[in-house]
Amino acid sequence: MKEFGRYMLFLESLVVRRETFITYYRLVVDECMQIGVKSISLFVLVSTFIGAVTTVQTAYNLVTPLVPRYIISQVVREMTVLELAPTIMAIIFAGKIGSSMAGGLGTMRITEQIDALEVMGINSSSYLVLPKIIACILMYPGLVIFSGICSIVGGFIVGTLTDIITPTDYVLGLRSNFNDYSITFAMIKSFVFAFLIASISCFKGYYTKGGALEVGIASTEAVTSSVIAVLLADYFLANLLL
Amino acid sequence: MIKIKNISKSFNDKSILRNISGEFDKGKTNLIIGSSGTGKSVLLKCIVGLLHPDTGFAFYDLRNFTDADKEVKSEIRREIGMLFQGGALFDSKNVEQNVMFPLDILTKMPQDEKLDRVNFCLKRVGLENVNTKMASEISGGMKKRVGIARAIVNNPNYLFCDEPNSGLDPQTSILIDELIQEITHEFNITTIVVTHDMNSVLGMGEKIMFLYKGDKLWEGSNEDITHSGIKELDDFVFINKVMKNLKGNKLV
Ligand SMILES: Nc1ncnc2c1ncn2[C@@H]1O[C@H](COP(=O)(O)OP(=O)(O)O)[C@@H](O)[C@H]1O
Ligand SMILES: [Mg+2]
Repeated sequence: MKEFGRYMLFLESLVVRRETFITYYRLVVDECMQIGVKSISLFVLVSTFIGAVTTVQTAYNLVTPLVPRYIISQVVREMTVLELAPTIMAIIFAGKIGSSMAGGLGTMRITEQIDALEVMGINSSSYLVLPKIIACILMYPGLVIFSGICSIVGGFIVGTLTDIITPTDYVLGLRSNFNDYSITFAMIKSFVFAFLIASISCFKGYYTKGGALEVGIASTEAVTSSVIAVLLADYFLANLLL
Repeated sequence: MIKIKNISKSFNDKSILRNISGEFDKGKTNLIIGSSGTGKSVLLKCIVGLLHPDTGFAFYDLRNFTDADKEVKSEIRREIGMLFQGGALFDSKNVEQNVMFPLDILTKMPQDEKLDRVNFCLKRVGLENVNTKMASEISGGMKKRVGIARAIVNNPNYLFCDEPNSGLDPQTSILIDELIQEITHEFNITTIVVTHDMNSVLGMGEKIMFLYKGDKLWEGSNEDITHSGIKELDDFVFINKVMKNLKGNKLV
């Protein structure tokens, strides 16, 4: 609870005493590049495979000929849009980006780089953290859409190559009973998750105390806490919006 | 000149500093000395505003910094340069960008003027042709030099150094000390150096404040530090046998 209060104060400190717009613009662009470069390959890998595996497993479970084959791609689509792309990817995002943000800020703290910024009169929390949060909020939804596409393509490739489903059926399944609210919902989730992961990870890193060991602890804690927050938020958003 | 008045600080009810007052002169290397854990860094942080003291104030040429409003604070901050223990260079930037950073943030200088100033400062600390090296690629002594260059790049009136020679070999340490002292005299800066290194104390201690477990026990210069008559200070100064013998034979 005390931790939560400190987190709120931390968020408040991000928006006071800011630098010029152009400074932030440069920092945000920089962070966006880093986030994109760091996470894109892992995202492609994981989502393509999950799409492929879902196709194979759904087919394996569909023993009765009464259910049409195009259900397979419908399952892949629903799973991708609702959970895989926003939520599972959030967990991976926390592991990859969250831990590196916490580690980076933790190192800056213990090597007094943050103090050096403060002495120059810079609000270090907003200078270092705000661009990271904005960059995550900008990049993550895009990455989610991208990994959704990868997952569906992954399913398509495996499904057609192994003769589980014909290309026509796959496309038919993708298009049947489509509720476009699920895309909106996925996007809302992406924004919320991106904010949670970035802010919690930065919070953990920014308040690191001690030495190299504590930096390691901070990045582990950043991942754990943000994953928990993402799962809780997932549950509440589902209750609230579905 | 920097003047501090009745600075006290505690963390979680543990008292670290008690009623520290004193003056640090312009154009001199002023030292805060004492063994590890006595609160030297905490005092320095209270002076530069990284920590807010529980009681007391720091005055920068008669301007109250501790209780100043935002405008005065940022005005004074522009006049401060600080060298941190490990250099505290920004990992993501190269040497040139590190030294230029205060100018980027604090001034509206045109780029070529900034570059001239950066090269001047790097040359002053004895570094040339390292502009594009990353902070992680240079040695500890070079990091300190770059840190000094960054601290003086915006022509500070006040220079703070926390253990400028920790982790350096004795020779490099003395070079760094001498560099700090030269720069202080050359640009007439009020310099405060925190150290526990006796070489530095004897070498550059033009004005010395001795802290012991959170109290100020003594003040003076390196000329009279050997005969202060204070037991705690003698224990600090005459650490090794050679020094003790010196005391026995010659100094006293
Ligand atoms: N931010 C802090 N929170 C709690 N205790 C601190 C903090 N900073 C320093 N201390 C404590 O203050 C004491 C003095 O520390 P410091 O000023 O770093 O010593 P030194 O004289 O070696 O520089 C130490 O016991 C340290 O544990
Ligand atoms: Mg210290």
